[in-house]
Amino acid sequence: MSTPLAPPGTDDSVAAHLRDYVTKVRGGEIGSLAAVLGLVVLCVGFSVARPSFFTAGNFANLFTQGAPVMIIAMGLVFVLLLGEIDLSAGFASGVCAAILAVFLTEWGLPWYLGVGAALLTGVVIGLVLGTLVAYVGIPSFVVTLAAFLGFQGLLLLLLKGGRNTPVEDDVIYAIENRNLPVWLGWVLAVVAIAGYAAVQFARHRTRTARGLATEPLGIVAARIAGLAVILLLATAVLSRERSINIAVTSVKGVPVIAPIIGVLLVVFTFVLQRTPYGRHVYAVGGNKEAARRAGINVNRIRVSVFMVGSFMAAIGGIAAASRASSVDPNTGGSNVLLYAVGAAVIGGTSLFGGKGRVLDAVIGGAVIAVIDNGMGLMDFSGGAKFATTGLILLLAATVDALSRRRATATGNR
Amino acid sequence: MAVRPLLEVRGVDKSFGAVQVLRDVAMNVFPGEVTALVGDNGAGKSTLVKCISGIYPIDAGQVVFDGRPVTVSSPKDAAALGIEVVYQDLALCDNLDIVSNMFLGREKRSGIALDEATMEQMAHRTLASLSVRSVSLRQPAASLSGGERQTIAIAKAVLWNSRVVILDEPTAALGVAQTAQVLELVRRLADNGLGVVLISHNMNDVFAVSDRITALYLGRTAAQVRTSEVTHSQVVELITVGYTGSIGLLPDPGSYEGMGGRS
Repeated sequence: MSTPLAPPGTDDSVAAHLRDYVTKVRGGEIGSLAAVLGLVVLCVGFSVARPSFFTAGNFANLFTQGAPVMIIAMGLVFVLLLGEIDLSAGFASGVCAAILAVFLTEWGLPWYLGVGAALLTGVVIGLVLGTLVAYVGIPSFVVTLAAFLGFQGLLLLLLKGGRNTPVEDDVIYAIENRNLPVWLGWVLAVVAIAGYAAVQFARHRTRTARGLATEPLGIVAARIAGLAVILLLATAVLSRERSINIAVTSVKGVPVIAPIIGVLLVVFTFVLQRTPYGRHVYAVGGNKEAARRAGINVNRIRVSVFMVGSFMAAIGGIAAASRASSVDPNTGGSNVLLYAVGAAVIGGTSLFGGKGRVLDAVIGGAVIAVIDNGMGLMDFSGGAKFATTGLILLLAATVDALSRRRATATGNR
Repeated sequence: MAVRPLLEVRGVDKSFGAVQVLRDVAMNVFPGEVTALVGDNGAGKSTLVKCISGIYPIDAGQVVFDGRPVTVSSPKDAAALGIEVVYQDLALCDNLDIVSNMFLGREKRSGIALDEATMEQMAHRTLASLSVRSVSLRQPAASLSGGERQTIAIAKAVLWNSRVVILDEPTAALGVAQTAQVLELVRRLADNGLGVVLISHNMNDVFAVSDRITALYLGRTAAQVRTSEVTHSQVVELITVGYTGSIGLLPDPGSYEGMGGRS
């Protein structure tokens, strides 16, 4: 930060940037730090307690188990950024999955029509919910609570009284149950790292050329290296043979769902961080009145976040249908919604609005998937799993509330 | 100075239902000068500002900008003319950084993405032109002091090549040092050639920076005077009873000759 506008005492060094970061965290801007640390602790703990946790097979399982919740949570981040809530996201995903099942199994239509219809259903659901919240003025808690019940009923109706409807399309099945060829997994990992590096360096170059404050190259390089290590390590583990009986079948490669989550993460992160729309979402979440005076159409933003939320719920529903190869009255029910809200909050998205990232949903979703998976391996009952997840959600919400208080206390210098 | 006013308000009336809030109000704003708009609570200062900035439609009268009569029917119209209002309750988003706040709703883009580099450069240039050097462009608004927030809100108004900046009680919530800092900024805006309207209750502020004073009394213009030609107590009289000596709305209901005063 060498511009004349930088406060005195700042400098360009890596050390200075690390100091800045520590100050920020102390000031209440914890972000995903707590969740990442928790994830590491949980993984180490479960690996020690149950060696079967730390296997390639189980690692791949984590992706497929956590995917529906993660994807729904990504959409919920948009809703939470405005300080709103969508309690119907779980059953909205169930309804969209049921639409998919009806299209494929009852009407025998091709998969792309089914997926299109499911996604469209999601968008329409979001439009209706958002309109009720923004233009009619009903609190989102009430609107989506009503929708939660309503969609549960709609799901039963779509499934003709709750029959378990199979989804046996090959493409849909592949989403949660197949793996990429090993070479393709490596190619995608390398492309992702190269793309990230290119974007980072290009940004650094433009800013330097224009004489703007830049991060030291060391920090930029460290971030790229960090991503490279994570992606390459994960790809290496997932490329190993994890079939129980190799004579029967070979199971290896990155699960198909992993790059899907990756693409969704990149696309929606771009939308939130790099487009005027995303900026306006943060603005409305931070100060509605300021956003209105700045000429932002606040109601349109409010409707749009519900549309993103339900759209992502639809994708989550498709993933769930793929994973179970069927849709039943409980698809998107039971713990799905609470896990999704929990994922976003555990990842560091604030329930008070204005603060959060799409990445939070992935990190928080990973925490929840690890707890669910690890406690399952340790033969804990479902009750114990719910109780633990509930406690961790409460812990995350506490961290959120306390860090918010701390930010207020230290915010004004 | 025989300069033409940049913004002229002539005979503006405004009623809300049966209540007439503004009656035949006149105000002139000159380029390169600070015009203080004073008046007691309920005198119609805020209403007048909202009429000028297009939030309320006016019932009668004229707004003349740069010599031509204009119709301002929305804040966007006002912004297009180059009229910016900095409201009392600062319109900043705490969770966004300074650059994002300054460009909120009018972001520069390249393709579908935000053009952060250009915005940061423009913000930097604007703040530098106002001699603001104490803040880092990427710090969130939440971490700014009251004076800094006011500074950013003002800089935001200046960013758009605006020609008239209306400041609604910019120092009301500030301490002594920060008030001085903001007043200095207000003076610098005028020195840069802008027409500045300063709404204030604080006579010290008014006399510290303003060139002219427009006093409103019960929805009417009591007087438009040069700051150098009146005293503290005269202005207080204009605010509280609507006249002082021969200036202002004289108590005899028949004689409105004094209205408009000298200008």
